[in-house]
Parts: sequence; C-alpha cells; structure tokens
Amino acid sequence: MPIIRTENLQKEYFNEGVGTPVLFGVNFTMEKGEFVAIMGPSGSGKSTLMHILGFLDKATSGLYEFEGQNTRNFDKDYLAKLRNERIGFVFQSFNLLSRTTVLDNVKLPLMYSNKTNHDDLAKKALADVGLSHRLDFYTNQISGGEKQRVAIARALVNDPAVIFADEPTGNLDSKSGNAVLSILQELNNKGHTIILVTHEMDTANHAKRIIRVKDGMIVGDELVKNRTFATADGELKK
Amino acid sequence: MGFIFTIKATVKNLLARKGRTFLTMLGIIIGVAGVIIIISLGAGAQSLVLGQVNKLGTNLLSIQPGKSDTNGPPAQVYGIIITTLVEEDAQALRAQLPHALAVNALVRGIGSVTWQNKTVDTNFLGTDSSYPDVVDFTMNSGAFMNEAEANSGANVVVLGKTVADSLFNGTGVDPIGQVIKVRVNSADTKNQSLGVPLRVVGVVNKRGSAFFQDQDDQIYVPLSIGQNQLLGIHYLQVINLKVDNADNIDQTIEDATRVLKQRHHILTDENIDFTVRNQATAIGLLTTITDALSLFLTSMAAISLIVGGIGILNIMLVTVAERTREIGLRKAVGAKNGDIMKQFLLESGILTALGGIIGIVVGVVLSYLMAVLMKFLGFDWDFVISLWSVVLAVSVSILTGVVFGLYPSYKASKLDPIEALRYE
Repeated sequence: MPIIRTENLQKEYFNEGVGTPVLFGVNFTMEKGEFVAIMGPSGSGKSTLMHILGFLDKATSGLYEFEGQNTRNFDKDYLAKLRNERIGFVFQSFNLLSRTTVLDNVKLPLMYSNKTNHDDLAKKALADVGLSHRLDFYTNQISGGEKQRVAIARALVNDPAVIFADEPTGNLDSKSGNAVLSILQELNNKGHTIILVTHEMDTANHAKRIIRVKDGMIVGDELVKNRTFATADGELKK
Repeated sequence: MGFIFTIKATVKNLLARKGRTFLTMLGIIIGVAGVIIIISLGAGAQSLVLGQVNKLGTNLLSIQPGKSDTNGPPAQVYGIIITTLVEEDAQALRAQLPHALAVNALVRGIGSVTWQNKTVDTNFLGTDSSYPDVVDFTMNSGAFMNEAEANSGANVVVLGKTVADSLFNGTGVDPIGQVIKVRVNSADTKNQSLGVPLRVVGVVNKRGSAFFQDQDDQIYVPLSIGQNQLLGIHYLQVINLKVDNADNIDQTIEDATRVLKQRHHILTDENIDFTVRNQATAIGLLTTITDALSLFLTSMAAISLIVGGIGILNIMLVTVAERTREIGLRKAVGAKNGDIMKQFLLESGILTALGGIIGIVVGVVLSYLMAVLMKFLGFDWDFVISLWSVVLAVSVSILTGVVFGLYPSYKASKLDPIEALRYE
C-alpha cells in the first residue's frame, strides 16, 4: 500500500470570485521509505502540492489517499491530528520559537499529542540530528545550520510517516546545507519517508527520485542515477 | 495538551516580555487596587462615623428649642434664639417618661479659665449630674459633680483632659481641690466679669474628638452656674434623653412631645416650639450617604477596570499579529483551532489574574497606609478589607481578561496556517 496516492488532483484559488487554477490534475504515488524531490521553478505549484499532501490545504477536486484512506472528508481537527502524528515539516526559514530553548522547540509538537515522555522523545530526536550538546541553548545562540537541524528534530519527534522539507537549504550556506541534506539522507536510510521540495537541481540530486512540476502539472518522474551523497561535515561525494 | 504545561508555557512567555506584560497589567492593577481602596475607605469612614455617634452615646434623643423640619437644621443655625425650653421641662420629662433612663439639661458657651497666672480659652458645659448617664466617659481623677452639687449650684467644676493638661501639666500640682476662675468671653468689655471662682472636683479621661470637635477641650459646671453666672440666661439649649432600649425610642419621642406640648400649652402641631431628634435617624442618614458615595466611587473604579480591559484587548491583538508565524507553525505541527484559542485566552486570563493579584496587594497596602495615616491624624479609623471587595475585583478582572481576550484569541485560531507561515 502506498503512503501517498493522488489521482487527478486539482487546486484552484478563489479570490473575490475569480478563480486561479494552480494544479491541473496531479497523479502521484509514493511508497514507504522513498526519498522524493519535488522540483520546479517558483510558481510551478510545487509548494501548493506540498501543502495539500501535508494537510495544510485541501485540494479543490481529485483523490488524495493517505496510508490507504481517502482524505476528502477529514475534518479540520482530524487534519490537525494527522499533521501532528503522521507528518513532519521542515521549512526554509526554520520557524523556531524565539526566546525558547532547543529542547523546548523540539517538544512543541508533543504538546499537541497525548504522548507523555516528552523529554525522552525530544532528546532522542536531537541525538538523531547530532545536537545532543545544544539542548539548553536558546535558538538565537546557535548557527543557521544548527537551527535547521533543530527543525528536523522537531519534524522527527513524533515519528511521522512522511517528512516534508520545503527548501530546507534555501537560507543556508552550501556547507551547512549539505550537512542538513546528509541528515535527511541518513534519516531516509533509517527508513524515514522524505519529500524534499526544491528548485535546485543540486539539492534535488540528493534524493532517490525526482518529480518535476511545471505550470501545475507533473512533467517528469525519474529515479536519480548519479545520486549526490553528503557527509555530516558538509562535504560532498558522488 | 496538558493544562499545567500550557500554563507554564504561557507564564514563561509573559515573563519573556516583562515590560510589556507589566504595562498591560497596569490598567487592571489600578482598577482592582482602586476598587479595594475605595471599598476599604468607605467601610473605614462608616465605622468612623458610627463610632463617633456611639461616642456621643447610643439610644440618645436630643430636644432642642425651636421648631424645625425633622431633616433640616435646627433654628439656632439661623441665629434665632428661642427661649421656651427651660429646666422645668427637663424635670417634667424626668418625672413622666417611663423609658427615659436619664434626662440631661445642657447649656454651652465659650469662655476662658484661669489658674494662678495661666489662662486658656475653652468651652464650658452647664449641666446637671445626669450627664455621665447620657454620655459615655470615664474619670481620670476625682469625681463628676454629684446631684447635691449640681442642684445647689455649688461652685465646683470638672475639667476636660486638654484643659487640665494645659493648666496643670508641669506644675506638679494635683488639679483636684484647686480653685480656678471661669469667665465668658464677651465682646462687651464693660461687662467683663472678674470670673467665677470654682473648685476642681474631677478631671475627665481623654474622650477623643467626635465630629471634628475636641471633646476634651471643655469644662463642666453646674447648670445654674452656667445659666445664671456665666451666660446670664434662664433657658436651656439642649435636653438629652437616654432611652433604656432602642425599641422604645419611638414611644419616648411621642411621650416627650406630648409632655412638652402640654407644658407649653400647644394645641396644634404647627405651633410646636421644640424639636426632638433621634440619633438613629442621623446614623441612618449618614450610612445612606456613605453607601451612595462608595457605590459611586466603586463604579468609577469599575470603569477603570473596563478601560484596563481594552488595554488588554489592544495588546492581545498586537501579540496575535506579532506571533502570526508562531501560530502558523503551531498549526503545522498539529495544534487544533481550539488549542490556539485556549492558548491566547489563557494568556489574557493569566495577564488579568496576575494584574488582579498585584492590584489586591497594592490596594490592601495602600488602604492600610491610609488607615495608619488617619489614626495618626487622630481619627478613630478602622482598617477594613471586606472579602467581597476582593472577590468582586478579581472576578471582574478575570472576566475582563476573558471577554477582551476572546476576540483576539478567536482571530488567532482562525488564521490560515499557510498564510501565517508566510507572514513577514
């Protein structure tokens, strides 16, 4: 059973009665353990697609099955629950809470779950991204690369089915960017399913499979032949 | 989401913005403190007034010459001297009123007393021996004039504490047995008397002031001395009646009126030439006035609470706008609309509850300081904090927080997460 399956997914934004179509029938399937890059120029609809797949938005029409369930009739609170338990987000601009420690930032999703061992789970997630030594630092005391690793730990803490990374290297220098990508690859190796949204070929090449989106349609779907591997210290190897 | 955890997070959040949190709470602090101070002052003033009335004596009726509207001022206020109330009236009342414990005839005047080469101005009271039965006080030394002395118009005098102190303090002389001269201050210098020599038989203990009059700056002389030798009048200025029981006050007013009408040969009520006043009526009136004042001032303070609430509304709207991205993020990681609503409601609720608590402390401390100041100024002031004023102030402030926090919280909860995450 695929984790994600869409059929003829369409999205149209309405503003004062005028519709702006953004997605024109997307068909897309993804299995557990995959590492997919959704690639396309800005305005292609890739962000909209990610928002729909990540339950932040709803499609206008078409089918979206998540873990075998049709998501059409899920209500807002259930979507929030899915975002909490089954989805992890990593954003370009980190979106960490200011004046808050690294540990508390990672614990944030747990506040909205009914799990109890918050500290243990958050510490484990931070260990997975190599930040065990930064637990009590405030988010303004760590580097950009570390911030994005905190964000990854936060996405990871509830053990989600899919991690969405939206331009995770966009605000980073190439070395910290590569370190972040190496962590995503490592997580994928451990069995996590990852969707990486990017407009850069170099970044997309870290994934196992690339889906190209243009003008609201999928225009290419291929496996990466010469995959780029990054190391934790930010170096690249082919 | 755990409730305790949320409270902790909210408090942390508020502490991270100490300055703003304090300024936001200031309106609530002032409002709550205002309510408490005003209610406390009102209660203090009421106890002061009642205490003063009680100091003059309870179950007291006073009869003054001249007709006046029951609630209006006595005729003397207009400078009219009515001479129809005389000592025989007091005797008749003493004989005929079953519920009168004591009937006390009074005249007053302003004069001066001299002992050796010292002279002080003071008030004098010409009265009979029943005065201690009507007014509560104790003797410092000696005794109040007895019935024989009072009735015979013996040359005796009882001193108030202030007078005794200013004449005898530092001399080492016991006032009892000393002879002092009392004279009336008169503008007519030709008529200036040499003074009536009177022997001191007692000194009254400190009585304090009642209605802003020093009850200790006066002397007590037999009624006939006061009437004949000092004032040169034959009439009375006041007859005080002590009634045995509060339930018999109305009956006694009726009886006294009947007796005096008969004695003064008055047939119709229009021609009555005296006024019987009940102190209970005065107390009731004063209580009504202080209650009304308290209510008025409390509602002013309550309005300031509402203004404080609008301050909360403003800051919460700013906070929601400022934290749009945070709200977006929280939604992205699984916060439901209800969770966001709860978070911001809790924040405004804690803000106002905290403001309420600080306001209580400030209000109680200021009320206490005012009570201390009033005591220092010589008023018999009680420090009263009523529980209901505290409960009222806190519940109104929390309600304010919830009511004025509702709209910003609702606004926050309805934010679209995608828009919110993009918000710059």
